[in-house]
Amino acid sequence: MVKIWGDHDLINGTVDFGGVTRQVCLSYVPEVRIGDYVIVHVGFAISQVDEEEAQRTLEILSAMGDLASDELASDVDVPS
Amino acid sequence: MKYLAEYRDPGLARAALAELRRIATKPWSIMEVCGGQTNTMVRQGIDEVLPAGIRMIHGPGCPVCVTPLEQIDRALAIAARPEVIFTSYGDMLRVPGSQTDLLSLRARGATVRVVYSPLQAVELAAANPDRQVVFFAIGFETTAPANAMSVLRAAELGLDNYSVLVSHVLVPPAMRAILASPDNEVQAFLAAGHVCAVMGYTEYEPIAATYQVPIVVTGFEPLDLLDGILHAVRQLESGRTEVENAYARAVARDGNPAAQKVVATVFEVCDRAWRGIGVIPDSGLGLREAYAAFDAERRFAVSQVTAQEHPACIAGSIMRGSRLPTDCSAYATQCTPRSPLGAPMVSTEGTCAAFFAAGRRSPSSLVPAPTAAVQPVPGSRESQS
Repeated sequence: MVKIWGDHDLINGTVDFGGVTRQVCLSYVPEVRIGDYVIVHVGFAISQVDEEEAQRTLEILSAMGDLASDELASDVDVPS
Repeated sequence: MKYLAEYRDPGLARAALAELRRIATKPWSIMEVCGGQTNTMVRQGIDEVLPAGIRMIHGPGCPVCVTPLEQIDRALAIAARPEVIFTSYGDMLRVPGSQTDLLSLRARGATVRVVYSPLQAVELAAANPDRQVVFFAIGFETTAPANAMSVLRAAELGLDNYSVLVSHVLVPPAMRAILASPDNEVQAFLAAGHVCAVMGYTEYEPIAATYQVPIVVTGFEPLDLLDGILHAVRQLESGRTEVENAYARAVARDGNPAAQKVVATVFEVCDRAWRGIGVIPDSGLGLREAYAAFDAERRFAVSQVTAQEHPACIAGSIMRGSRLPTDCSAYATQCTPRSPLGAPMVSTEGTCAAFFAAGRRSPSSLVPAPTAAVQPVPGSRESQS
């Protein structure tokens, strides 16, 4: 989220999609602030990304990766 | 881009696959409901690297694909009128109706405009008071908040030249219909994350309990899909049948109340026909009587149409997940993304288009063959082998 402004009664914003910016209606995510991440569908932000949850999922998956490489290291017969 | 690159990490994907191989002891059939998920799954080849026996069934969640042929014929009838500016999401333009498609109609002089948001259609109506602007309001619960807002906005602006041709469908009734079917093979669902971002996932709890089926709210990146499959297989292996949220960074249990409120203001639940599947009770949204003035079907009196599907197309079986595109005699020969016979070959969310883009041309030994329980579809030919 790079910019937020009011247009008539609608809250609008500019969202940076990895370099491409687009105008997005923010009426469904009224608490969103500049710097937040949102999920956009047909010109409307429908959800604000929960960064703690995003990090938590990645940590669980990373732990799985560490476990898998430990198992591989401890058992040379396991085909990779 | 943040929260995209991390969820495409090949190392983490390998770890998730290793974990899946470790825990899977039996064959399981899991349906990903959403066409966006099907696209990622097929393009990345995720369904082909799963442990033997874990089979992904591609579900009916492509909004363009399930829009009934009759509704596309109505769109074509409206768009052909000289006073009309017909507006639509882009992938609707090449979906074949009985006789033609919106793109061909535009080539013959009709005004058909692609919009990125339905609010652009409202702006067009405000800027063109001498024209009738019609928006093709299709999709699942994900597009309903946007489409509903366009109607509210037009009402606020007092526009009498804006209307919507509504063909909204809802996911949970379709999941119930699949589970209630006598030839159902789905043992677990990956629920569509963005539908749940809007609606939450409490609606799925009675489905999981009634049909004893695990339902996992799942995102759209490769790691999201693997994580969703992991959750589903863990439940299947341990005999649990719960609703789990594997997409917590975007989905809250109660969804987005502000969006639900606007949808409920403008729309009400109604019976809806799904292309290739038929009428599913209470499976769609229609305009409430208070907003009937914005109903394009009434405004242009196009309720009676006679639709005719292409005889070679097996889109219905594809949508039900009972056959694969590679089973169709027309797939990649008579029917390609450039010259589609059916909707699943048009949209990027369609299973046929996803298979075509991934270069799948013949039934793969890694992709399970259709089962004997498949119902024959009238008009379909013998499958290729």
